[in-house]
Amino acid sequence: MSGTQSESNPIAGRPGQTVEPSTGLALSESDPVDHRAPLILGAQTFHAITEAVARPMERPATRGWWICFLISLSMLGLLGVSIAWLFWEGIGVWGLNNPVGWAFDITNFVFWVGIGHAGTLISAILFLFRQKWRTSINRSAEAMTLFAVACALIFPGIHIGRPWVAYWMFPVPNQMGMWPQFRSPLMWDVFAVSIYGTVSLLFWYVGLIPDVATMRDRSAGLRQKTFGVLALGWRGSMRHWKHYETAYLVLAGLATPLVLSVHSIVSMDFATAQLPGWHTTIFPPYFVAGAIFSGFAMVMTLMVIMRKAFGLEQIITMKHLDYMAKIMLLTGSMVGYAYALEFFIAWFSGSAYELFTFKNRAFGTYAWAYWTMVSCNVILPQLFWLKKVRSSLAALFVLSIFVNIGMWFERFVIIVTSLHRDFLPSSWFYFVPTFFDVSTLIGSFGLFFTLFCLFVRFLPIVATAEVKTVLPQAIAHSQEAPAIEHDASGAVGLAREGAA
Amino acid sequence: MALLRASLPPGELFGALAEFATPAELYHACEGVRDAGYTRWDAHTPFPIHGLERAMGLRASRLPWVVLVTAVLGAVSGMGLQGWVSTIAYPLVISGKPFFSWPAFIPITFELGVLGGAFGAVLGMLAFNQLPTLHHPLFASARFERASDDGFFISVESWDPQFDRDRTMDLLRRLGAKEVELVASDPAEGKE
Repeated sequence: MSGTQSESNPIAGRPGQTVEPSTGLALSESDPVDHRAPLILGAQTFHAITEAVARPMERPATRGWWICFLISLSMLGLLGVSIAWLFWEGIGVWGLNNPVGWAFDITNFVFWVGIGHAGTLISAILFLFRQKWRTSINRSAEAMTLFAVACALIFPGIHIGRPWVAYWMFPVPNQMGMWPQFRSPLMWDVFAVSIYGTVSLLFWYVGLIPDVATMRDRSAGLRQKTFGVLALGWRGSMRHWKHYETAYLVLAGLATPLVLSVHSIVSMDFATAQLPGWHTTIFPPYFVAGAIFSGFAMVMTLMVIMRKAFGLEQIITMKHLDYMAKIMLLTGSMVGYAYALEFFIAWFSGSAYELFTFKNRAFGTYAWAYWTMVSCNVILPQLFWLKKVRSSLAALFVLSIFVNIGMWFERFVIIVTSLHRDFLPSSWFYFVPTFFDVSTLIGSFGLFFTLFCLFVRFLPIVATAEVKTVLPQAIAHSQEAPAIEHDASGAVGLAREGAA
Repeated sequence: MALLRASLPPGELFGALAEFATPAELYHACEGVRDAGYTRWDAHTPFPIHGLERAMGLRASRLPWVVLVTAVLGAVSGMGLQGWVSTIAYPLVISGKPFFSWPAFIPITFELGVLGGAFGAVLGMLAFNQLPTLHHPLFASARFERASDDGFFISVESWDPQFDRDRTMDLLRRLGAKEVELVASDPAEGKE
C-alpha cells in the first residue's frame, strides 16, 4: 500500500494545491463548473484514460487473476455439486423438517438481492443527483448488481423441492389450467427480482456500448469482430449521443423507483406474514437502507482490490472510497436506528409475543448472531466518522468485510430468530445449518466471483466515455469555462482567458 | 436488411471528414457548420459533449414519448393479466377479498410498467439511431478509429444540398480542422 500516502493528499489538500507526485505536473486546478477538486488524478488526457482502462484487458492474464479465477471456479463447482445433490436427494439435505429449516436458503437470497442494490444506487440514483464521482465506479458496481441478482435468483429456483415445476411461478398456462396467485408478495417478488435483473442488464449494456466500440477500434481479428457486434456499429455520432443520453436518463429514472420497490417487496414477503418479528411496517425502508449498506460494502471490497490489481488508483481515487465510506456510515446508522426502533415498537405495541421475540433475539439462544450483527453493522461502521479510517485502504477493506458479514447475519437474525420460536411449540427448533446449506452459500460466492473475474478480464471495467466527461477539458460550451490548451508535452492546462 | 444499414448518400462519395483537436474547437466548428446551413452532417466524439446538440442545432430527442407509450402498455398489460386471471381464468377467493382486488395488483403492474419503459428506452434509442449498423463508410478511415478514443470529428455527407467537395473542405479547414479528408461510399453499398 505504498501509494496510500500520495493518494490521500488530494483529499486533504485544497483545490488547486494537488501535485501529481511522479511527474510533478501541476494538476488541472479546480473544476471550472463547480470549483471542486478534480475527481480524476494525474494530468490525464482522454487517451490516457482509454489506455488505463484497456490495458488490463489487452495484456495476458496475470498470475493473480488466474489464482482468483481458479479459486472462484472451484467454488462454483461446489455449487454445481451441491445443487445436483439437492435435486437428486431433495430438500432434506438442507434439514427442511420444520419451518425454520428453510432459513439459510432465504437468508442467502435476501443477502444477494441486497448486495445488488448499491450498484443501481450508484448507476441510477447518483446519476439523477448529478454525482459525477459515480462515473469511476458505476460500471463495476452495475456488474456486481447483475452477478448478485444472478446469485439471488438461484435460491428461490432451487428451494422449491420440485425444481422441474419452477415454471409454475410464472404466469404461463400449465397442464392443470392453474394460474399464480397475484395477491401474494411471493408472486410480486418473482416479478420484482426478475424485472430488476432484466432492467439492470439493459442499463449495463447501454452503458457498455460506447466503451466496447472503443475496444473494437483498438483490437483486431476475432476480438474486433466480437466487440464490433457488441458495439452494434456505434460511431460516436452526436445525433446518436442525443438519443443515447436521453435513453440513459430515462433508464436511470426508471431504475430508481424500481430498486426501491424491489427490496420493499422482498421485505413484504416477511412483513405480510403474521409472525412476531416479521409483521412490521418498518420493513420496506429498513430493508432498502440495509440493502444499500451491504451493497456499498461489497463495492468497497471489490474496488479496493480492483484499483490495486489493475493500476486504476488515479481513476478510482481515495476520494471515491471516502465518499463510499460516508454513504456506508449513513446507511449503517439508518439500519442501527431501525434495530432500535424495532425494540421500541415491540414494547409500545403491548403485544406479549412481539416483546418475547425481541427479548429472545437479543438475549436468547441466538444472542451471538444478534450481537455479531449489531457489532458489524452499527458499532464498527461508526469508525467511518474518522478521516484517518476513511483514508486508510486497510481499514476500509477490513471494515467492508465486517459489514458484509454483519449484513448476512442481519437476514439470518430476522429469519431464524423469528421462526425458531413460532406460535406452535411443535415447530420450535434450534437451527443449525447442514453441510449442504454451507456449501451452497460458498458456492454462490463462487458464482459471483467467477462472473466478476470474467468481467474484469474481458470487458472495460470503468465507464471510459463517462469518465472522460468529468475531465475539465471535456467542457466545451460554457461561456465561463476557460479555453483549453494543449502544451507541447501533451498535458492539458487551463488558460485563464475565457472561451474564444 | 434495411434495419442493419444506415441511410447513406447515393454515389461514390460519402462525404468529408474533418478532425478537431479539442471539444472546444469542435464546439465552435459545429456552430460554424450549422450557420453555413448544412443539414446532413454529424459530429463524432468519444463521449457526449454537453451543449453540442445546441451548437449543431439539433432538436431534443423524442424518445421520452416512446418510453411513455411502452411503459403505459406494460402497466396496462400487467393489470390486465392479473385482472383477467383473477376474474375469468382462475377466480379464487383469497382472504375474502373481491376477485378484482386491484390494490394487490399494483406492485406487479408497476414492475411491468418499468419493464415496458426500459425496453422502450433501449429499443427506441436503437431504432432512432438506426443501430445496429455494423458497417459504415466512415469506418474505412484509419483516422476515424480515434473517434472512440480522443478524436473529435465532423462529417458532412455528400447528399447535403450545400455540399460541394472543395467549398465544404475549405469551410472545415477555416473552422480550425487539423485534418480534412474525403470518405468514399462503400463500393458494395453504392451498387445497390
